[in-house]
Amino acid sequence: MNLIIAKFNYVLYIVLMMMGLWAMIAKSNLIKKVVGLGIFQTAIILFYISISVKKGANIPIIHHHVDPNHAADAAHMVIDAAKYANPLPHVLMLTAIVVGVATLGLALTIIQHIYQEHHTIEEDEILEQLNQ
Amino acid sequence: MKKLAAVMVMITGLCLIAGVGDFPNWGDPNSPANSYLSTYYLTNAISDTAVPNIVTAILADYRGYDTMFETVVVFVAGLGILFLLRGTKKKLGDHPTAFPSSSIVRTACRIMIPMMQLFALYVVAHGHHSPGGGFQGGVILGASVILLAISEGLSDGLKRITLKNTIKWSAIGVLIYSGIGTFSMLLGGNFLDYSAWAPILPATDAVMARSHGMLGVEIGVALTVMTVMFSIYADLASHGQMDEGL
Repeated sequence: MNLIIAKFNYVLYIVLMMMGLWAMIAKSNLIKKVVGLGIFQTAIILFYISISVKKGANIPIIHHHVDPNHAADAAHMVIDAAKYANPLPHVLMLTAIVVGVATLGLALTIIQHIYQEHHTIEEDEILEQLNQ
Repeated sequence: MKKLAAVMVMITGLCLIAGVGDFPNWGDPNSPANSYLSTYYLTNAISDTAVPNIVTAILADYRGYDTMFETVVVFVAGLGILFLLRGTKKKLGDHPTAFPSSSIVRTACRIMIPMMQLFALYVVAHGHHSPGGGFQGGVILGASVILLAISEGLSDGLKRITLKNTIKWSAIGVLIYSGIGTFSMLLGGNFLDYSAWAPILPATDAVMARSHGMLGVEIGVALTVMTVMFSIYADLASHGQMDEGL
């Protein structure tokens, strides 16, 4: 119990991820499957944040004052890594979100195509039509 | 089927929750993810590349190869949507007609769209020093064009940005990215090693050349993301017919 309270963010990500997975497996409506995929993606983003968040850290943009007379100092400045947030999850999730939008668009396109062929987006009704 | 799925999902969830104890605590500065590689990036990125925004430095330089193929994924998704929907015949009949938007909406959008585009250009160009970069700026640019298409009708929006140009510019964006990478090979460096550009750029050492190379790459990313966002909207809104919109 103590474990769950101390690490509730991981439990929350697992609950979200399982909600998404269940929607993708069990729902027969294709749009609801895509919504499940979106929930799954959000859970992954929460996971990446959870493992790499740093208490008391600022955004990962180095605070620097370059003196124009000593421009070369910038190369030798000492940077305390504990003061800045971990930049890697920022990079990975930034690209993941944009690629997620593009793949969501592709999924919606395929669903639109299926609807034009079968006039339904219910999986069982499509299977029925295909078996005839 | 649904019961089987629920049981499977429960078992998977319980297995994952059993492993929660091994994860680092919330905000632990010494967690494995915060210890090794990210420390190197934070301490060395500014002396390696002269870019204070570490996120941009990793995105466009250290992980440049990854970002190039992320851009290619966005481009291919845009192409896939186009080709999937262009092949369909007009079967629906009840095609949505152009939605007459009120003059309040059109006047508000006329003021908002230039502001959004200016801000998007700032986000792309200033990504080295503040939060921003090619992906974010490209999405804002794409949103401004989509707003134009919503307020004025898709056919008016397509008069300004035709489908042909949309696809052309998204390909040019990928070409700028991979071209900068290939050209650094021709100059004697590795693929996407921008420091090889230093001899041909005026008053630039190897560190600043990496900073300038990143800007070029971000412009390519922004072009691709903007045009693909608009083409996704235009294709989906018009069922691939491209003649009228919402």
